[in-house]
Amino acid sequence: MRHHLILRVVSKLLIPFILLYALYVQFHGDFGPGGGFQAGVIFAAAFVLYALIFGVQAARKAFPDSWLAIMIPLGLLIYAGTGVASLLLGGTFLDYDVLAATPTGGQHLGILLVEFGVGVTVTGVMIAVFFAYAGRTHEIQDDDW
Amino acid sequence: MESGIVNVAVDISLMTLLGVTAIGIVRSRHLFATAMLSGIYSLISAALFVTLDAVDVAFTEAAVGAGISTVLMLGAMTLTRRTEKHAIKLSVGPFLVTVAIGAALIYGTVDMPPFGSTQAAGFNHIVPDYIEGSRNDIQVPNIVTSILASYRGFDTLGEVAVIFAAGIGVMFLIGRRRRDDEADDEATVGKGEDV
Repeated sequence: MRHHLILRVVSKLLIPFILLYALYVQFHGDFGPGGGFQAGVIFAAAFVLYALIFGVQAARKAFPDSWLAIMIPLGLLIYAGTGVASLLLGGTFLDYDVLAATPTGGQHLGILLVEFGVGVTVTGVMIAVFFAYAGRTHEIQDDDW
Repeated sequence: MESGIVNVAVDISLMTLLGVTAIGIVRSRHLFATAMLSGIYSLISAALFVTLDAVDVAFTEAAVGAGISTVLMLGAMTLTRRTEKHAIKLSVGPFLVTVAIGAALIYGTVDMPPFGSTQAAGFNHIVPDYIEGSRNDIQVPNIVTSILASYRGFDTLGEVAVIFAAGIGVMFLIGRRRRDDEADDEATVGKGEDV
């Protein structure tokens, strides 16, 4: 879609705000609607938009495959690691009470960490699945739709 | 009383739109139209979830159902043909089965507690503890988050593992192209052939 000037300008303006909104949904999930799943999908949607407008090659350069290979397991490890940490600190698996000085503080910290893990894995998987499908076709022409 | 009428009007119009979209999906032979209509269906469902005060679910439906899965459908569509091969004929047997199951489901809703009733069985088992616990122990305003991440942390760990497995599966199956494939493609593109 190289000749769509308006789409290119508008999406370049929008993408930073989509990423910022994803971070807001991620870290504000305790207070409003949202959480790791939604934030991960929104974060990935910014890169999907970039790939649709500027081409999959450019998006792969902006978000290299090696990041995906790190992010997808890292999120799950953060989640499971939070559980193991609470186990080592004397609680049961995924019992966040023991993570901080007070049980409430521990719950807040645990929920934050766990949601962050969810967000990292979901972002990685969504981008990886999109790249896997989109990378198999060559440049999509407008009249292909 | 007035807001009640407005609610009913919103519900009826959203349900009508859902029905019309579903009929459109069934009748359309063009895969692009079907993919876009299923995105629209998800967006209308998200609006319906908002009217039920389930904003977290609505959020997920709008982001995943209307956003990512529509894009993935379109991506998959570029790998295949653009129109459905065989038109589905309306046959009497399956139609009767569908009508019978639909009627049974509607008959089942007659016994369900009214919407938002605090006397409903589902709200009296463990939910009061969750509500009290999120307010006093966890102190997180969004009860959905405290249930999802804390009370049901084990389930959510399983969900993340499922997403992880799905992502790894897709990456291994179709994510990485073999080196000779890429070399082949470059050769054919270089010759200017239609791939």
